[in-house]
Amino acid sequence: MGLMNNHGVLERHSLLLTVGILIVVSIGGIIQMAPLMYMDNTIEKVDGMRPYTPLELKGRDIYIREGCYVCHSQMVRPLRDEVERYGHYSLAAESMYDHPFQWGSKRTGPDLARVGGKYSAEWQVDHLIDPRALVPESIMPPYAFLMDKKLKYEGIEDRLRTERLVGVPYSDEMIENAKGHILAQADPDDKGFDYYDSLMGLYEAEAGREGTVEARDWDGNPDEITEMDALVAYLQMTGTLVDFSTYEADDLSNRR
Amino acid sequence: MTERIGATRRGNNTSILGVGALTGVFLFLALLMATFSKDAGMEYQALTFIVLGGVFLIATAMWAGGLVDRDPFDESEYENTLVKFGVAASMFWGIAGLLVGVIIALQLTWPTIFYFPELGWTNFGRLRPLHTSAVIFAFGGNVLLATSFYVVQRTCRTRLAGGMWPWFVFWGYQIFIVLAATGYLLGITQSKEYAEPEWYVDLWLTLVWVVYLLVFLGTLWKRKEPHIYVANWFYLSFIVTIAMLHIVNNLSIPVSLTGSKSVQVFAGVQDAMTQWWYGHNAVGFFLTTGFLAIMYYFIPKRVNRPVFSYRLSIVHFWSLIFIYIWAGPHHLHYTALPQWAQTLGMTFSIMLWMPSWGGMINGVMTLSGAWDKLRTDPVVRMMVVSLAFYGMSTFEGPLMSVRAVNSLSHYTEWGIGHVHSGALGWVGYISFGALYCLVPWLYKKKGLFSKSLVEWHFWISTIGIIFYMVSMWFAGIMEGLMWRAYNEYGFLEYSFVETVEAKHISYMIRALGGLLYFSGAAIMAYNLIKTALGHGEAEDLETASDPYAQPEPRAALAPAE
Repeated sequence: MGLMNNHGVLERHSLLLTVGILIVVSIGGIIQMAPLMYMDNTIEKVDGMRPYTPLELKGRDIYIREGCYVCHSQMVRPLRDEVERYGHYSLAAESMYDHPFQWGSKRTGPDLARVGGKYSAEWQVDHLIDPRALVPESIMPPYAFLMDKKLKYEGIEDRLRTERLVGVPYSDEMIENAKGHILAQADPDDKGFDYYDSLMGLYEAEAGREGTVEARDWDGNPDEITEMDALVAYLQMTGTLVDFSTYEADDLSNRR
Repeated sequence: MTERIGATRRGNNTSILGVGALTGVFLFLALLMATFSKDAGMEYQALTFIVLGGVFLIATAMWAGGLVDRDPFDESEYENTLVKFGVAASMFWGIAGLLVGVIIALQLTWPTIFYFPELGWTNFGRLRPLHTSAVIFAFGGNVLLATSFYVVQRTCRTRLAGGMWPWFVFWGYQIFIVLAATGYLLGITQSKEYAEPEWYVDLWLTLVWVVYLLVFLGTLWKRKEPHIYVANWFYLSFIVTIAMLHIVNNLSIPVSLTGSKSVQVFAGVQDAMTQWWYGHNAVGFFLTTGFLAIMYYFIPKRVNRPVFSYRLSIVHFWSLIFIYIWAGPHHLHYTALPQWAQTLGMTFSIMLWMPSWGGMINGVMTLSGAWDKLRTDPVVRMMVVSLAFYGMSTFEGPLMSVRAVNSLSHYTEWGIGHVHSGALGWVGYISFGALYCLVPWLYKKKGLFSKSLVEWHFWISTIGIIFYMVSMWFAGIMEGLMWRAYNEYGFLEYSFVETVEAKHISYMIRALGGLLYFSGAAIMAYNLIKTALGHGEAEDLETASDPYAQPEPRAALAPAE
């Protein structure tokens, strides 16, 4: 075969071989990834999506830090049993502000895409402190130490600015008031009182509807804003943003 | 003559100075980062770098100062010392990574015993990335570094290029490992599987990797063989493609230049596609093409037979690297990724079966005329069994990539079983085979310290793999079926936690399998250390010259027609 005989050229020229390899391994990735970046219908148009509040974002950082994604997916597949067990199947739009995504790859524990509101905040706190106290058969690690760790958020403005750089629509007002918004969402009656209206106004306006931001003491310890506050605030909002009453799954533009 | 030696010496000094200067620059940067660090994690990481980089710099300076007139990079000899370091590092990280694997298997089996409420950093979520990175990048990576440095010299009949630079690659890579591992324990991660290290560790690895590519290419450029041997095509595709994958998947913007946190450039569905394009091809190009390169050198050498088919090696090389890169979306079946991408991923995953088996056939059939070695040489048996596991898991993979099968297998322990049949069976065994070959060759011994210990290693580990695979198949298919089971009233039959409880026995068997595999590796480490020391059957070769330093016998490299 002629092609085989010509292979000797590549075997004698290392740079040709290198370039050849680079071309061959580039093709698949370009064809699969590039269209996702510009095709309009990659992400559905939905009502209700907003950027994470600073407290939720910090909670999500703790979720990532502790490696929750190792055992919990956040991607409900459109299969009968999953929709019945977890809720509406996940949309691409629901993770459009997730840098990086948290879809996961393994369910050693249940899917968490729609865990928000499924249990009370008190249940979440107790369960994180000692999972087996509530679910005796659970094999989840204990996270009691989150109660003792004060939430650190000195650089939160820089963080939001960086998120904005990659496309998350944080406004100047959101960035300037980020610290206040953390206080408002974790301690709305006392330390964060002055920022409560600003937090609600800005983030619910971005979501386009009310009831998408919850502010309260999350961990049962109103004196301090802990990492537990942030994590539970994040868990309690996951999967609650999109208004499914206005989402038409059968619409042609939502078919993919 | 004097002039020539002088020129060589100057060249070598340049490489030592270059490595020293580059390391110094990074030490300075690390010092800045430690001083102005935004978070405690960053400070620990920078200090770790300063200690490790400082030790490397001082050790290099002391060693270079003691050289006097000796040329440390003598072109008439192969660079063997570095390969010895690579072998030792492989063994060390292999044992460490497997041990963490056993620990996390025990955590899932007996959570009340192996979790400590006050020690959050010992939780499964932080140790699992430590395990995967330790076995893939620390163990696998060092095996690839050591064998590629060994093989490229022999097949090019020239010393490793770059003088001190290959040493920079080796130590730079170890620093990368330590930074990544300690980072996970500190909670520093970007949460992208198999790409967890944060931006500054990624940048450091990129630098090390580019130097690695240049050392490898530089050695090819001064080769004394007209043709580049097939093992080197595979090594080259591994080095080049991993560079591409690593850079694209880790595109992120640091929040602060002195803080550990960064924000990924891609989000959601695009990020998922990028991640699994990377993730699957970390399997394809780190754990497959790299280790196929090992197969293409060590099996022909060990059995002293030529590679079965030159044409097959060409066809399966190009088709393997072309098709592999498309397979990523099979990790995202039924997700929010557009279906056209899922279908492409599935189609190419099924096609991937053929080039994968092409490689297996080429390796196994190389034994033609030497089949008796399967019985007499446990090292050969280990490498051939690794190909059998390769064949099995590259059949299982395409099967699991079919959407209908994937709806059952995805998110379950079946996936864990699948990666471990590939990792323990294929990657582990071909690596152990190569290490068993390398130590006697490098230390100029007649053979290994004890052949019967290799037999023990082989059988203990094989039983361990079978325990692992079978228990995970059982657990995975069972939980997959339980998740979708309905009772007679049309309700879901099981709560989630019931499916967790049902896996307890499987978890116990899995942990035992892992422990057996770990024990086998410990036996190997003992055997290899005793071999290097020259105990037992590992007598010194009587001849002064190293027969393995000779040019490749043509028989082992020429194609068989």
